[in-house]
Amino acid sequence: MRTLVQTLLASGFFGRNTPYDLVAAIAVFVLSAAVFLGVAFPFAGIVSWVERRVWARIQSRVGPNRVGPNGFLQWLADGVKHVCKEDIVPTDADPVLFKMAPYLVVLAFVLPWAVMPFSSALILADLNVGILYMTAVTAITVVGVLMAGWASNDKWSLIGGIRSAAQIVSYEIPAGLSIFPVVLMTGTLSMQGIIRAQGWAPQHWFLFANPFTFVAANILFISALAEGNRTPFDLPEAESELVAGFATEYSGMRYLFFFMAEWGNLFIIGAIIATLFLGGWQFPRVSNNPVVMNVLELITFNVKVLFLVFVSMWVRGTLPRVRIDQLMTLCWKYFVPIAFANMIGTAIWVAIWPEGNPVAGYIMFAAGIVVAIVFIRRVVFYAKRSQMELYYYPTI
Amino acid sequence: MHTALFWFLAAVSVISALGVVLQRNPVHCLLSLIVTLLAIAVMFIGEGAIVVGFLQAIVYGGAIMVLFLFVIWLLNLGVEIGPTGHIALKFFGTLAVAAMTAELMAFMLPPHLEVKYAGHVAGYGSIDSLSQKLFSEYLVAFEVTSVLLLVAVIGAVALARRTSASEIAQNADDSARRAQGAS
Amino acid sequence: MTTWFPVLVTFVFAAVVVGVMVSINSILGPKRPSAIKSEAFECGNPSSGGAWGRFSVRFYLTALLFLIFDVDLVFLYPWAVEIRKLGMFGFVEAVVFIAILAVGLIYAWERGALDWD
Repeated sequence: MRTLVQTLLASGFFGRNTPYDLVAAIAVFVLSAAVFLGVAFPFAGIVSWVERRVWARIQSRVGPNRVGPNGFLQWLADGVKHVCKEDIVPTDADPVLFKMAPYLVVLAFVLPWAVMPFSSALILADLNVGILYMTAVTAITVVGVLMAGWASNDKWSLIGGIRSAAQIVSYEIPAGLSIFPVVLMTGTLSMQGIIRAQGWAPQHWFLFANPFTFVAANILFISALAEGNRTPFDLPEAESELVAGFATEYSGMRYLFFFMAEWGNLFIIGAIIATLFLGGWQFPRVSNNPVVMNVLELITFNVKVLFLVFVSMWVRGTLPRVRIDQLMTLCWKYFVPIAFANMIGTAIWVAIWPEGNPVAGYIMFAAGIVVAIVFIRRVVFYAKRSQMELYYYPTI
Repeated sequence: MHTALFWFLAAVSVISALGVVLQRNPVHCLLSLIVTLLAIAVMFIGEGAIVVGFLQAIVYGGAIMVLFLFVIWLLNLGVEIGPTGHIALKFFGTLAVAAMTAELMAFMLPPHLEVKYAGHVAGYGSIDSLSQKLFSEYLVAFEVTSVLLLVAVIGAVALARRTSASEIAQNADDSARRAQGAS
Repeated sequence: MTTWFPVLVTFVFAAVVVGVMVSINSILGPKRPSAIKSEAFECGNPSSGGAWGRFSVRFYLTALLFLIFDVDLVFLYPWAVEIRKLGMFGFVEAVVFIAILAVGLIYAWERGALDWD
């Protein structure tokens, strides 16, 4: 933010004698409006359409394709439909808390964008406790979900809300522990600081820094999916058993906000992983022009995040839902001990190689490429085999 | 911290603290409590104790809230109808509250209470200074905390009274043997 | 203070967006309330009593375990950031801290507190 404001001041666009604070305030307003109206809310909508298309392709269906080109405007149609629906507050419900719950859920979705590191200059607030802030504000979801579940005074809602809360809080432990390897290696909590400690090349990413960070990245991704109530961990909204979980009694716009937050959270999950482990916006220094560099960094960051969003859609289309005992076993008996071991392992690694071990990066990266090739070969093999059995046009 | 911000947060925390006491529904009381604690967390942040503020927000806004809600549901606390009990109880209760208020006033009215602003030392509120203190001056407290948490785990497990897998197997064995002996 | 200004802006933004959208919904949406429509949802049957009742002790146990490990995480943040300055001494202290909690986890595990059957 500071660099951005200084660049703006230096460019002379605002005239010579404009005070710093005024320019900063204008920049914050413009940038946050751009981030929310241009990125966060449309992303949440568009990703719902993309997800349904991707999911349909995985399941040999067509998916929404009527509204606009290839059904692209489906998300707007859904939004308009929800706005025009009746807003029902059940008679037995607690009206104040019932109406307040969507605010909290949206708040938990909106606040993380303040520390989202889009590029070296495009960040609303580069807090020196960025990742701590992220952990604190995403935890507000629990309050909103529990409030929605309880205030509806409906058994389905309450069971959904309680299950969701138990799941979110359980997976917060392995997720929190998996942040530690990165914090240990960088000694900072700032999002930009963590990204600056990595390089643009994959062998300098924390994902490949040592075996512990690799495991931590995977645990963090899976835990984040569980915290975001994504399949295979979508027990709170398991339609076949719980109607719509904590959102059962909601209708119209309030209902939409819960799901908008859920889809929008995909970007936040991707951004956290990309920042901590995938080098964030790091891009080789090809130009001295800060504008060009920032655009390239913005694209890099978004490509990484959208790749992770796609992976989570892929997981959702592929894996069946887990049972609640499996969910809790996975968290407490596997992830928590492994994450603790990871943390101590990284601490030892940092004690031996305080500046990191460059050879390990290359070895891990090579191993990662081998695993990726094996995986892609299997995917291609099964895709070819299923094409023989199912004849379909991928795009209709 | 800006004075206006301080007054705003102070008002929020006092009003929501009153809400904890005055509201009848335990869930509403709990949510008021959370608002109080979060307002105090924001005050910490405003005063420059950023890390402490966030830690308070994480622990109270997330963990304590979920725990208290589950306890309320576990105990099935309903909406209170109003003060119940013997008239003498109410009388002496009022007297006790009045005495306590008078005592607090005696301590806190201006001649006794002196607020001194000590000024910020270098690195105040940063995570560096926090860890320096925590790992030197308050090292014993730090380690005792882990023992305290261990006791909390044991207490929680004991309260929930779940028998271990080996005990269940043992019981099954015993009953099977008894059944054999009876036949 | 300038650092926190964007956070305040996002906070206000979230509230405004939700408030505006919900009020647009209440303007545009139909208003035909009926007694049956505003009942709590139940799959076709009349609902038997409200939902505000007792709940399984397991959730309480999960919440308490979460609280304990959350406090643990909170205490480890200062250590993780400053591991280079604290050195060997800090490392040993943190390992002791984690080991004592690991005993708690093992105890809870052995007593079956982590099982959901």
